[in-house]
Amino acid sequence: MMNNDRTKGMRVLVLHAHPAPRRSRVNAALLAAARGVEGVTVRELYEEYPDFFIDVKAEQEVVAAHDVVVMQHPFYWYSTPALVKEWFDEVLTSGWAYGEGGTALRGKRWMHAVSTGGAAESYGPGSEHGFTVRELMAPLEATARLCGMEYLEPFLVQGAGRLSGAEIAEWAGRYAARLAGLRDGDGEPLGA
Amino acid sequence: MGMVNLWGPDKIMHHEHFFHAALVYLAAAVISVPLAKRLGLGSVPGYLLAGILIGPFGMGLLGEDTAEVMGFAEFGVVMMLFLVGLELEPKLLWRMRAPIFGLGGMQVVVTAVVVGAVGMMMGLSWQGGVAAGLTLAMSSTAIVLQTLGEKGQMNGAAGRNAFAVLLFQDLAVIPILALLPLLGGSVEGAEVGVLGGLPVWLRGVMGLGAVAAVVAGGRYLVQPVLRWIAQSELRELFTAASLLLVIGIALLMHVVGLSPALGAFLAGVVLAESEYRHELEADLAPFKGLLLGLFFISVGSAMDLGALGARPWVIAGITVGLMVLKAGVLWGIGGRFGMATADRSTFALSLAQGGEFGFVLVAMALQGRIFGEEAGEVIQLGIALSMALTPLLFLFDERVVRPRVSGKVEEEGREADVIDEKHAVLVIGYGRFGHIVGRVMETVGIPCTVLDSDSEQVELLRKIGFKVHYGDATRLELLHAAGAGHAKLAVLTLASVEKSLEIVRLLQRHFPQVRILVRVRGRLEAYELLDAGVEDVFRETLDASLEMAVAGMRHLGVPGHTAVRAARQFRRHDEGAVRRMAAVRHDRTAYLSEARRSVKVLEEVLRSDAVREGRDDGWSERSEK
Repeated sequence: MMNNDRTKGMRVLVLHAHPAPRRSRVNAALLAAARGVEGVTVRELYEEYPDFFIDVKAEQEVVAAHDVVVMQHPFYWYSTPALVKEWFDEVLTSGWAYGEGGTALRGKRWMHAVSTGGAAESYGPGSEHGFTVRELMAPLEATARLCGMEYLEPFLVQGAGRLSGAEIAEWAGRYAARLAGLRDGDGEPLGA
Repeated sequence: MGMVNLWGPDKIMHHEHFFHAALVYLAAAVISVPLAKRLGLGSVPGYLLAGILIGPFGMGLLGEDTAEVMGFAEFGVVMMLFLVGLELEPKLLWRMRAPIFGLGGMQVVVTAVVVGAVGMMMGLSWQGGVAAGLTLAMSSTAIVLQTLGEKGQMNGAAGRNAFAVLLFQDLAVIPILALLPLLGGSVEGAEVGVLGGLPVWLRGVMGLGAVAAVVAGGRYLVQPVLRWIAQSELRELFTAASLLLVIGIALLMHVVGLSPALGAFLAGVVLAESEYRHELEADLAPFKGLLLGLFFISVGSAMDLGALGARPWVIAGITVGLMVLKAGVLWGIGGRFGMATADRSTFALSLAQGGEFGFVLVAMALQGRIFGEEAGEVIQLGIALSMALTPLLFLFDERVVRPRVSGKVEEEGREADVIDEKHAVLVIGYGRFGHIVGRVMETVGIPCTVLDSDSEQVELLRKIGFKVHYGDATRLELLHAAGAGHAKLAVLTLASVEKSLEIVRLLQRHFPQVRILVRVRGRLEAYELLDAGVEDVFRETLDASLEMAVAGMRHLGVPGHTAVRAARQFRRHDEGAVRRMAAVRHDRTAYLSEARRSVKVLEEVLRSDAVREGRDDGWSERSEK
C-alpha cells in the first residue's frame, strides 16, 4: 500500500478545521494556497460536520487513500479546535489506527499547520505562555506516534493577528511550497 | 315487539328473579372484595367470603339455582385461559415443554399416588383411592393464576413453574375424565358431549379435528374477520366478536368432549401473535374478572358448612393434611428441578389447594359409584376449604417465608421473565411520525410495544414485518393490556390533540411512573399539553423548518457551523418562549408583553452571535486566550 521509497507523487490530504473561517484572514489565505497546489486534497471539517456528527467510515477511507495528512487549524487553548479532537476520538479507532490490527496509518506522515495569535517570543520557557509550541503539541505528537505515523515539524504561522496583507501572502506562498514539497517526497521527520 | 313490552307488568315478574340475583351477587362482591384487598388478601378470599355470606349458611339470600350459576361462572376459567394463551406466544410455549411435562407430570402422578394411598388407609377401595388421588391432585387454576397475577409473580420462576403445572393438570383432566368411568365399571359416565355414543377411536379423531380446526381457524380465519369488524369502527361490535370467539371455541370443545378451557388456551396461543391481541385482551378482561368473581362466589356459597359443623375435626384434619401433603410433594419436586428456595416455597404453597376441576371429577366419581356419598362430601368440602385457605398461604409465603430466604435468591440467581415481553416503551400511533421514533429506538435495542387504531395501517405495517397492535389507546383496559403498568415511557404521536390529551390524562392517573412524550402540530397544541403537565412536547414542524433554514443559509455561503449554531440558538430560545407563553397566554396583556419581550430577546441573541461570527480580525484575540 505505502511506497516506502519517498520519491514522487505522495498523495497529500489537508484537513482544515476552523469553526468560523471568516474570522481568520490567515487561515483563509492558507486554505486558498492549499487549494492551489496540484495533487492536494482539501477538506473543511467544520463544513463537512457542522453538527459534529462525523462519518467515521468516510473519514477513514479518505485518510487511507492518502500518504500525508496535514491538519490545518488555529491554536485554540494550546490545542486544536474542538471538532479536531472529536475527529481523533471518532476516526482513530482501535483496530484501525492502533491496537491489534490497527495498521491503517502506519508509515504515513502527519503534519500540523498551525496559526497562533501570539508571536513566537510569547512561547518558550519564561515567556508569557511558559512552554514552547512543540511542548504544548506533545499530545498530538504522541497520537501520531501511537498510530505509527511519522510526525513532521509543524508549519507555524505566529503572531497571525498582526500580520500585514503582504506578510500573509508571503506565508501563504511558503505553505504552498511546503505542501508541494510533501507531495514530492521532501521533508524530514521531526528530530531526524 | 318493542322495549315497552319487555318492561311490561307481566315481563317484569319474569326478569325480577334475574335482577334480584344480580343485585345480591354484585352487592356482595362490591362490598367484600375491596375489604379483602385492603386487608392485603387479594380479591379471591373476598369473593369466597361474599359467597359464604350470601349462601345458605350465611344470610341465605340465594335461590335454588346456585349450581347453575356455578356452571355459568366456570366460563370465567375458560376466558382466563384464553387470555393466558394470548400472552404466550407459541415459541414460548414450546420452550416451556420441559416444565409442563416434567414438573406437571411428576406433580400429578406423585400427588395422586400419595393421596390415593392415604385414602385407601382411610378405608377407600383401590378404585376409590385412585379416583380421590387424581381428583385431589388438581389445583385451582383460577385462584392461583389470579393471585399470582395480582401479586405480580406470574413472570418469575415460581409463577412460570406453577403455570406449567396447572397447564399439565388441565391437559390431564381429559384422560382422567375418560378413565373414571372405567374404574366404576359402568360406561355410562363416559358419555361426554353429544359424541358419547360414538366409538372411542372416532371420538379421538373428532377431538384432534377440533383442535386442528381451532389452530387453523385462529391462524387463517379469525384474523381477517377481526380486521373486517375493526374496520366498522364500532367498539361494541369488536367486544361482541371477542365473546363470540371464546364461546364458540368452548362449545366446540365441549361437543367433542375436550376441556373448553384447554381449547380456549390453544386459541389464545394461536392469536398471541395477532395484531388484535391487545384489543382482545382489553375487551375480555372485564368479563373474565366478573365471571371469575362469580365463580368464586358460587364456590363460597356451595360450601356445605353444615357438614363441617357435624364433623369439624375430621374435615379440618383432612383439609390440612391435604394441603401439607400437596405442598410437601411440590416442595420435593421443586428441589429436584433446582428451584431457588424462595421460588420453591411460593411454588409449593401456591399450588397446595384442590381445584375447580376437582369438583367436576368428584361429581363423576359419585355418579359412577366409585366412592360413597360420604367420602364425596368430605372430599368436596376439603377442596373448597383448601381453596379458601389458599390466600392465607400466599400471605404466609409473602410475609414470612420470602423475607427470610430472600438473600438466597440472589445467590442462586435464576433467570427470570421468560413469559414477560411487556416492553419499557409504548408507542401510541404508528404513522409517519411514530414509526420513526419506534425504529430509531429499535436500532439501539429498545423494543417497543406499538399501538395504532387504524386497522388498514396496522395491516399494511404487519405485512412489511412490523409488530404493530391494533387498538384505541384512549381505553384504560387496552393500556393495561399493552403493559402500561410496566412501561417507563409512552410515546404519543397521534394527529389528534384531543386523543393525545385523553391518553395523557389516563396515563397520569393510572400509570404515574410512565414518562410521557407527545407530538403536537404547533404552538397552540403545545400549550394545551404543557397545561396538562407534559414536559416533553415536540412540535412536528420545528426541526424540519430549522433544518431547512440551515440548508438555505449554507447555500447562501454562511459557514456550516455558523448556520447550525444560529438554528440551535433559535430552537433553544423558542422552546423556552413557548413554555413561558403557555403560562401567561390566558392573560391577554401579559401574553402580548411576553411575546414582545421574546422577539426582542431573540433578536439580541442572534445579533450578538452574528457579530461574534462575522468579525474579521477577532481571530487573533481569541487564539491568545
